[in-house]
Amino acid sequence: MSASAISLRGIWKFFGEYPAVRGASLDIPAGGIVALLGRNGAGKTTILRMIAGLLRPSRGEVLIDGAPAGQQRHAASIGMVGHGQWLYDDLTARENLHFFACLYDLSSSSEKIDQWLEEVGLWSFRDARVHQFSRGMRQRLTIARALLHAPPILLLDEPWTSLDDRAMDFLSVLLLRARSENRTVVVSSHQLRETLQIAGHLAVIDRGRLIFDGPNRDEFRDAPHDFYQRIT
Amino acid sequence: MTRFLRQTWTIAAKDLRTELRNKEALSAALSFTLVVILLFSFAFDPVSNVEVRELSGGLLWIAYIFAGILLLNRSFARESANDCLDALVASPLSGGALFLGKAVSSCLLLLVLEMASLPLFGVFYSVNWTQNFGTLLLVLVLGSWGFTVIGTLFSAVTANNRLRELMLPLLVFPMTLPALIACVQLTTVILTGDPLGDSVAWLRLLFGFDVIFTLLGAVLLESVLLA
Repeated sequence: MSASAISLRGIWKFFGEYPAVRGASLDIPAGGIVALLGRNGAGKTTILRMIAGLLRPSRGEVLIDGAPAGQQRHAASIGMVGHGQWLYDDLTARENLHFFACLYDLSSSSEKIDQWLEEVGLWSFRDARVHQFSRGMRQRLTIARALLHAPPILLLDEPWTSLDDRAMDFLSVLLLRARSENRTVVVSSHQLRETLQIAGHLAVIDRGRLIFDGPNRDEFRDAPHDFYQRIT
Repeated sequence: MTRFLRQTWTIAAKDLRTELRNKEALSAALSFTLVVILLFSFAFDPVSNVEVRELSGGLLWIAYIFAGILLLNRSFARESANDCLDALVASPLSGGALFLGKAVSSCLLLLVLEMASLPLFGVFYSVNWTQNFGTLLLVLVLGSWGFTVIGTLFSAVTANNRLRELMLPLLVFPMTLPALIACVQLTTVILTGDPLGDSVAWLRLLFGFDVIFTLLGAVLLESVLLA
């Protein structure tokens, strides 16, 4: 791990009067997997959306490679798996990936698209429209969509949702591969076991406040729920 | 510039492909236009009444703008399923390319609707719409573009609003009024076979309106989406 890829500097985010994030500060080192943990409504998704430039902090700042987030030059360096999947139901799997390849200006996109469709196990469904897909198939296509442009920063919000055991293992392998390729991965999840197995650094959010920020340890991996209950 | 145009076409092609597959907005808009044209023709009997034919330009544009609202309602609403608007905002796509792509697809759909309804309009109103077709086409293109650029911008403003179907016409109609008046004046002159003469000033107004609001929309869209 080296210098910070992402820095949160005392960020607050208000939705109306309600503070969803309260003065969180966090340095996310480049080339590591950081787990954002917390209960429902803790503020994990809001933090990820601020890093992706989809929301502006009410106070404080989010820096990516030292520059304020939300700039267009950062867009190509971020891949995100969000709650909404970001897929068009009336387009086929291949058309969806082709659309995003065009937005990210990818060269030789056809080979990359075919490669990712194979990798996420959707090759035989490449010409089927997404509205025919199960939730798990959509999630696999979402992962392919987020990784298609080989972003140095990956933001994953509950990425294991709806995946079967095989797909969950596959995703863990993908994330470990991303780490070996020196990508920065920020993953928020309720799947404590899977998250703690791969994360090198943990950040726990409780009601918008960062209450734990430190390296992952074997004792946490061995007893994830004990760790979580102790912290919260 | 090439990248900007490529991104614009990527958005427009995606919207056209989606719409042509599910025909959600186009079928409703086309049905609406045909019904309005048909109903008014029975209400006013334009075959025996020459003065009614002079109103036909206005009737035509009433049908087009309400049908256009049905198309524009889907423009950004299409992106709300699966949070696709987030995908566009998070991508390197420029706000200007997104705006123009959306406006191009809506305008093309509106023009398809207009071309499909003109023959029926000609029959029911005894109007020879093929005379001066070039000028009529110019007015339809400029008018439709002016209407869709304003509509696209406000479609983005109302995209996440629960009352967007109600809000969009309330915002769009007053803003497009100068362009619509120009369209009605020009279309009436063309359909009644009169020479354009002084009406060229309306054509200039329409052109200026299109240029100003195209530039404004392309500059403002990004701020609107992140507001």
